Amino acid sequence: MSDIALKLRQNLGLLLAIGLFVVFYGIYNAYHPRGFSPQILVQNANESFVLAMVAMAQTVPVLMGGLDLSVGALMTMINCLASYLLQGSPMEIAAGILICLAVGTLAGLSNGCLVVYGRIQPIIATLASGAVFMGIALFLRPSPGGNVDGDIAWALTNDLYEVAATYGFADGGDAAWFQWFAWIPVPLLLLVLVVVFVWLPFRRSVTGRGVYAVGSAEGAAYMSGIPIDRCKLAAFTLAGLFAAIGGVYLALQTSSGNADVPQAGSYTLNSIAAVVIGGTSLMGGVGGAVGSLFGALVIRSISFNFRIFDVDPLLQTLIEGVVLLAAVSLGAARILRVKNRLELMG
Amino acid sequence: MPFLELESISKHYGGVHALQNVDFSCERGSIHAVLGENGAGKSTLIKIIAGVVKPDGGTIRLDGREVTFDSPAEANRNGIVCIFQELSLLPDLSVADNICIANPPRRFGMIDRRAQRRRAEDLLARIGCSDVHPLEKVRNLPLSRRQMVEIAKALGQEPSVIMFDEATSALTSADVEKVYAILKELKARNLAILYISHRMHEIEALADTCSVFRNGRHIETFAKGSRSESAIVQMMIGREIAQIFPPKPGGSPKGQVALEVRGLSWAERLNDITFNVREGEVLGLGGLDGQGQRDVLLALFGVLRGVEGSVAIKGRPRRISSPAAAKRGRRSMALIPEDRKSEGLMLEMSVSDNLSLAALNRFATGPFIGRAAERASVEAMIAKLRIRLGDPDDPAANLSGGNQQKVVIGKWLMTEPGIILLNDPTRGIDVGTKQELYQLLRDLADAGAAIVFYSTDYDELIGCCDRVLILYDGRIVRELEGEEINETNIVASSLNIDVSGEVPHAGAVS
Amino acid sequence: MRMASRENRPILITASFIVLILAIGTAYTLATQGSASFISANYLLQQLQVASFLGIVAAGMMLVILLGHIDLSVPWTIAAAAMMATAVGGSWAVPVGLGVGLAVGLFNGLGVAHLRVPSMIFTLGVNAVLRGLMILHTGGFAPQTQSTGVMEFLAVGRVFGVPMALVVWVALSAVVVVILTRTTLGRYIYAVGNREAAAYLSGIDTRLVLIAAFVLCGLCAGLSGVLLAGYSTKAYQGMGDAYLLPAIAAVVIGGTNILGGQGRYAGTVMGVILITLLTSVLSVMQIDESGRQVIYGLVIIVMLLLYGRSSTRRQA
Repeated sequence: MSDIALKLRQNLGLLLAIGLFVVFYGIYNAYHPRGFSPQILVQNANESFVLAMVAMAQTVPVLMGGLDLSVGALMTMINCLASYLLQGSPMEIAAGILICLAVGTLAGLSNGCLVVYGRIQPIIATLASGAVFMGIALFLRPSPGGNVDGDIAWALTNDLYEVAATYGFADGGDAAWFQWFAWIPVPLLLLVLVVVFVWLPFRRSVTGRGVYAVGSAEGAAYMSGIPIDRCKLAAFTLAGLFAAIGGVYLALQTSSGNADVPQAGSYTLNSIAAVVIGGTSLMGGVGGAVGSLFGALVIRSISFNFRIFDVDPLLQTLIEGVVLLAAVSLGAARILRVKNRLELMG
Repeated sequence: MPFLELESISKHYGGVHALQNVDFSCERGSIHAVLGENGAGKSTLIKIIAGVVKPDGGTIRLDGREVTFDSPAEANRNGIVCIFQELSLLPDLSVADNICIANPPRRFGMIDRRAQRRRAEDLLARIGCSDVHPLEKVRNLPLSRRQMVEIAKALGQEPSVIMFDEATSALTSADVEKVYAILKELKARNLAILYISHRMHEIEALADTCSVFRNGRHIETFAKGSRSESAIVQMMIGREIAQIFPPKPGGSPKGQVALEVRGLSWAERLNDITFNVREGEVLGLGGLDGQGQRDVLLALFGVLRGVEGSVAIKGRPRRISSPAAAKRGRRSMALIPEDRKSEGLMLEMSVSDNLSLAALNRFATGPFIGRAAERASVEAMIAKLRIRLGDPDDPAANLSGGNQQKVVIGKWLMTEPGIILLNDPTRGIDVGTKQELYQLLRDLADAGAAIVFYSTDYDELIGCCDRVLILYDGRIVRELEGEEINETNIVASSLNIDVSGEVPHAGAVS
Repeated sequence: MRMASRENRPILITASFIVLILAIGTAYTLATQGSASFISANYLLQQLQVASFLGIVAAGMMLVILLGHIDLSVPWTIAAAAMMATAVGGSWAVPVGLGVGLAVGLFNGLGVAHLRVPSMIFTLGVNAVLRGLMILHTGGFAPQTQSTGVMEFLAVGRVFGVPMALVVWVALSAVVVVILTRTTLGRYIYAVGNREAAAYLSGIDTRLVLIAAFVLCGLCAGLSGVLLAGYSTKAYQGMGDAYLLPAIAAVVIGGTNILGGQGRYAGTVMGVILITLLTSVLSVMQIDESGRQVIYGLVIIVMLLLYGRSSTRRQA
C-alpha cells in the first residue's frame, strides 16, 4: 500500500468536503453574470471569513471529543469589544486588535479551565459560558453601533490591490510586479496565513497531537503519558483565539459591534454543521480545521447559489435547511458501509 | 540485591483489600511469572509498579533507591513499562504516532515525522512485524497486530523493567512465537521481565521464576519446575482440585437437532459453514485466532448484515436479523459476548438491573415491571451462580472479572435459552471461576441446551466439548469427535495440515 | 433503580438554590416595596404556571439526554406545532399540534436510529428544515390565526384556583416518572444510555427505544407549542427559540448526566423551577438582559461545580 494511497484513503472526508465546495462554488460562478471574476471572489471571501474562523474554532474542541457551544457568543463578544478599540492611530488600532485577540484567547482558556479544573462536561460548560459571553457583549453594545477605522476596514476586507492603494505602497497597487498578487482577497490570504502559521504548527506539535489522542481514546492517552489537561486547555484556548479573529473581522466587515443573540446562536450551530461537513468526527480523534474551513465554504456556497437561481426567498430557508440536513446525513451516515452492527454503537 | 523490590505494599478499594502487606522482588535478566486467580491482586500489583495506581502503604525500591510514581508517564521515565490487556493505543492515530507517542523526535518544536517513521519502522522490524505500515491507523489493524504495535511501543521506551499483563491472549499463534522470541532477547539484554498469564504451557516455556498470589497476598515464589502443576493450582486456589473439567457423557448425543446451519457465508470472512448441534451437546469452535469463529457466532445471533445461507432452529427455518429476534421463540438463543465490559454489562447500573435486563419482559405485566418477581429471580440467580458481591444494588463495575462474567451469563440464563453461544467466555478469568463455568455448561447441556463454545484455549476445547469444529480461513476444515479431540489434531487442523505431517510448517506451535 | 445518594445530591443542592433565590428576591422586594411578594401563594402559582411550559419541554428533553443524545429541533417543533394548531383551529387544533410534535419526533428517531446520524447534527438539520417550512407556510409574516378556546384554557385557565398549565405539567410528570421507574421502556432507556452495544447484545431493540424517546420528546415539544400559543393567543416566529438552552440546562442542573445513563426526573423538575424563578427574580430586580445572561451562565457553572462532577471515563 503506497503512502499516497494510504493518505488519500485516510482523508476521504476532507476530499469530499473540497469536492462539494468545488461543485457548489463552481455552479455559482458558472451561472453568475460576473462569475470567476476577482470582484466576486473578494465579495465571497468576505462573506465566508467569519464562519470559516468560527468553524475552525469549533474544530479543536470537537477533535478532543468535546464541543464548544460558546464560539458564536465569544465571537460576538470580541466583535463588540473591537467596535470600541479599532480606531485611532495605527498603533492604537494594532494594540486594539491585539487586545481583542488576547481577550478572546483568555475567554477560551476560561472555557478550558471549566472543563479541566471544574470537571464540567464541555457541552454544559460552554452553554453556560456562552451565556456569560453574550451578557458581556450586550453590556458592551446594548444596541448595535461603534466606530471602526475606515481605512483598515476597507483594506482588510478587499483585495491586496486595495491594501496597497490605501496605504500607498507598490505604486498604490499599480506596480507591475505586484499584479501577480493584487487580485488576492485579503480574507483569503488571512485564512491561509492562519492555517499555515497557527493551525498546521499546532497540529504537528506534541500538544496538538495530544488533542487528537485525547479525542481518540482518553483512557489510553492517559496511560500513554499524554498531558491530558494541558491538551484540553490548549484546545479551548485555540478555539477562543480563532473565534476572536472572526470577531475582529466581523467588526471590520460591518464597521460596528452587534450583540445579536440569534445570530450568535446561528454561528455556533452552523459551525457544528461545517465541522461535520468538513469530515471531522463528532466522536473526536479524526479530522482537522482545514476540513471545517471547507465545510464553512460549502455552507456559504449553497446560500450564494440562491441568489443566482432567483429562488423564491420564502423557499430559501427551506432549501438551506434541507440541503444542510442532507449533507450532514450523508456525511455522517455510517450505516451504508458497515457490515457488523456492533460497529455502529458506542 | 534485587533490582525491583516491593515491601509491605497494600492497596484497598473501599472495603476490599486488593493487596495486603505484599513483599515482592524480581531480578534483572529473568522472566518472572506472576500467577493467581482474579481478585488475587496480580493486576493491582502490576498497576502499582506501572504507576497507574498509588499504593496505600509500603515502599517500592528500584535498583536500591526508593521511588514513587504519580502517573504512568513517570514510571516510564524511570524505565518501567507495562503492556496491559486493555491496550493503550490510540485508534485514530497512526502506528508511528502511537509508537512514538511519549517522546517523539522533534524539530523546531514540532514533531519530526520522518524521524518518527524511521524509529517506528526499526522497532517494528525488531519484533518481526515489518509488514505493518507505519502510517496506517491503528483502528484498521486486526487485534493481534495492535497488540504487537503495543509491544513495539513499549520496547521503544528502552525499559529496564517490562511487564506483560495477559499480553498474549489476543495474539495469533504466529505472533505468540514472535513474542516468545522477543522475551528471550529481552532477558538476554538483562531486563527484568514480569509476566502475568493464565496459560500454563506459556509459563512452562518461558519463566525462570514464578510467584503465586492469592486473596491479595503473596503466597510463594519458586523456581520454575520446582513445583508440580497441581501444587501450583492448589496454591492459587487454596483448595485441592480433583479435576478441572467435569466428566463428559460420552457416546453420541441422543437429543434432537436443535440448530441446523447450512451454507453460512458472510463478506469474505465466512465461507459455506454447515453444521448441526443437538440438544445436550457441547460443540466447540477451534482453530487459529481470527479464522471466523467469532463471526459465526455473531452471524447466528443476528449482529452481522449481508449473511447468506440458512439457519433452522428445531426444524423451523429462521431469519434472525438482530439479537432481539434471536431471543424470541420457543428455543431462544443466547450469546455470551467477547468483551464483558463493553458488550456484556452496563457497568454503572446495578448488578440486579444487569441480571434482569435480557429477561425483563418475563417480570412484566404489560409495560410495567413486577419488582417483587424481578427481585426474587435476581437473588435466585446470584445464589445459583455463586456470584460474590456486596449488594445486588451495587454497580456492576465493582465486581471482579470472574464475577462480572457470571453476571453476564446469569443475565442470559434468566431467559432460559435453548441454544447458548459463547464467545471466548473464560478469557482473563481465574481458574476457580473457570471450573464453575465448565460445570455449569455441562449441567446446562445435560438439561437439554445446545451449546456452541468458541475458545482460544485448546485445553478447554478438549476438556469441555463433545465435538469440535476447526475453522481455517472462514471454512470448516475438520470435525473432531470423542477421542479425536486431542491437542495434536486440533493444532494440525488449525494449521490446515494433515496429521501425517506432510508439510513441514515453519513456526511449530508449542 | 435504587437511588444512590450521589443522585440525590443535585436535587438537594437545586432545592437549596431555589430557596436562596426566593430569599434574595424577597429581600429585594422588602427593601424596595415593603412587601414579600415572592413568597405569596399567588406569585408562586403564577411562576409554576410559567414554569410549566419549560417543564414540559424539559421532560421530553430529559428522555433523549438519558439516552446520551440531544434534540436540537425543539425550538421549531414548538413553533411549528403552534402555527399548525392555530392554522387548523377548531376542535382539531390540539390534536394537530400534538401530531406535528409526534411526526417530528418520529422523523428524528428514524434518522438517529436507522441512519445512525449523530443526533446533534440530525436534529439541527431538522430544526432548519422546520424553520424553512414555517417561513414558507406563513409567507414570512407573523401568523394571523388565533388560538382556540381549548388551547387558551389549557394555558391560562384555572381549575379550583390551580393553573391548568400546571395541571398538565404535573400529569405529564407523573407519566414520565412512571415510565422511567416502573416500565420496561424506562429500564431500557437507562440501559441504552449506559452502553448501547451491551443493551443491543442483550436483545433490546435499541432502535425502538431511541425512536420512542424522540417521539416522546417531540410530543412534549408539540404540547408545549400548543400551550404557548394559547398563552399568547397566537403563534409567532421564533417562539420556541428561548426554550432550547434552558431546557437542556434544567435537565443537567437536575443531575442528569449529559452523556446519558443517569438521572432522576425530580431533578429536572427542580431545575425547571430554579431557572424560572431565577429569570423572574432577575427581571423584577430590573437587571437588564446583559446582566441576566451573565447571572444565568454563572448560576449553571456554580451549581455544576458544586455537584463535584468527577470525570467518569465513559470513553475507552
